Amino acid sequence: MKVAVTSKGTLLDSEVDPRFGRAPYILIVDTDTWAFEVVDNGNNANAFKGAGIQAATMVSDKGATVLMTGYCGPKAFETLEAAGVKVIDDITGKVRDAIKAFKEGKVTYAAAANKEAHW
Amino acid sequence: MIISVASGKGGTGKTTVSVNMALALGTGVELLDCDVEEPNAHLFLKPVIERSERVETPVPLVDLTKCTFCRKCSAICRFNALAVVGEKVLVFQELCHSCGGCMLVCPEGAITETGRELGTLNFGARESIGFINGQLRVGEAMSPPLIKQVRAAADPKRLTIIDAPPGTSCPVIAAMNGADFVLMVTEPTPFGLHDLKLAVEAVRLLGIPAGLVVNRADIGDREVFEYAKREHLPILLTIPFDRRIAQAYSRGKNIVEEFPEWRERFVALYHDIEAIITAKGKAVSCAK
Repeated sequence: MKVAVTSKGTLLDSEVDPRFGRAPYILIVDTDTWAFEVVDNGNNANAFKGAGIQAATMVSDKGATVLMTGYCGPKAFETLEAAGVKVIDDITGKVRDAIKAFKEGKVTYAAAANKEAHW
Repeated sequence: MIISVASGKGGTGKTTVSVNMALALGTGVELLDCDVEEPNAHLFLKPVIERSERVETPVPLVDLTKCTFCRKCSAICRFNALAVVGEKVLVFQELCHSCGGCMLVCPEGAITETGRELGTLNFGARESIGFINGQLRVGEAMSPPLIKQVRAAADPKRLTIIDAPPGTSCPVIAAMNGADFVLMVTEPTPFGLHDLKLAVEAVRLLGIPAGLVVNRADIGDREVFEYAKREHLPILLTIPFDRRIAQAYSRGKNIVEEFPEWRERFVALYHDIEAIITAKGKAVSCAK
């Protein structure tokens, strides 16, 4: 299955970016093969409004069914929920460690957004 | 004629100047309180409110039976107010700026408009002075749509005095745009000057003639006066830091009512503004 992880860089050893909508990269990782696609989120990172909504749509379009990130706001959460993408927040460390924790089942799914909306 | 009273910094005396000018002139004036996030001009003008009206701004409503999920609507929206995921369309009403773009580009005609409540318009008068204010709905983040509605409700046959919100962003622009004159109220402090400079830049972008009222004119330093001179901004009125004025204010009383000698100063302020507008009009017609 595919898991999206927000990242500061383009490698599995890059640090997880705690931001969702405005993370510079989002890595779409196949948890079975460790193959991954790097999505440049740069356009979104500079979005005027609704970066989280755009990023959520993109994650869903890429076929990911789980998102791992630091913080997820209410609009992004709503969009992900509508798309059937589950959210794991409070993720820190490297992308590789996040995926490892996911594969070992050491994660908790968020029931709601953990960040307030931005204006 | 429309005179917008703005400031940059908050608490410099926009409401004091707007209300006192309206009271000094009396007949033929309509005061609009466009500080819709915290309207307070009514506390000083004390108009009788005759009616109130709930106002809305249009936001999209998607008919999923017609939608083909082509995403043209979400692609055109600069504010990401629409998201299409799978066979779902989410509308984030609070992000929508009511441009109608999504409705125009929808090839299936699946989008119509519904309303998002902006707040309330209150209409009233104090004797022959007309009064309108807007009160933003608690939780509404965008004030310009309501400010525009307050302005649209104004009587164009009367002199419109606008009590603008503080700052230099969209709400202030909405309260200044299209005005014949912007009267900037400032105080001679570094803080007042800093924000005045930002506000003057905004007014210049809009191409509206401007002048200054310096309130609490005997506190702080001389920087505001020097800035005004350098920038050729006429100082049309100075109000001293006078305990009697402050006491009257604290009781909701107005300068022109408590101290009759101020009535003619506010009338003169209006005539000076009128003269500047007329001179500018002539210069424009000569240039043409």
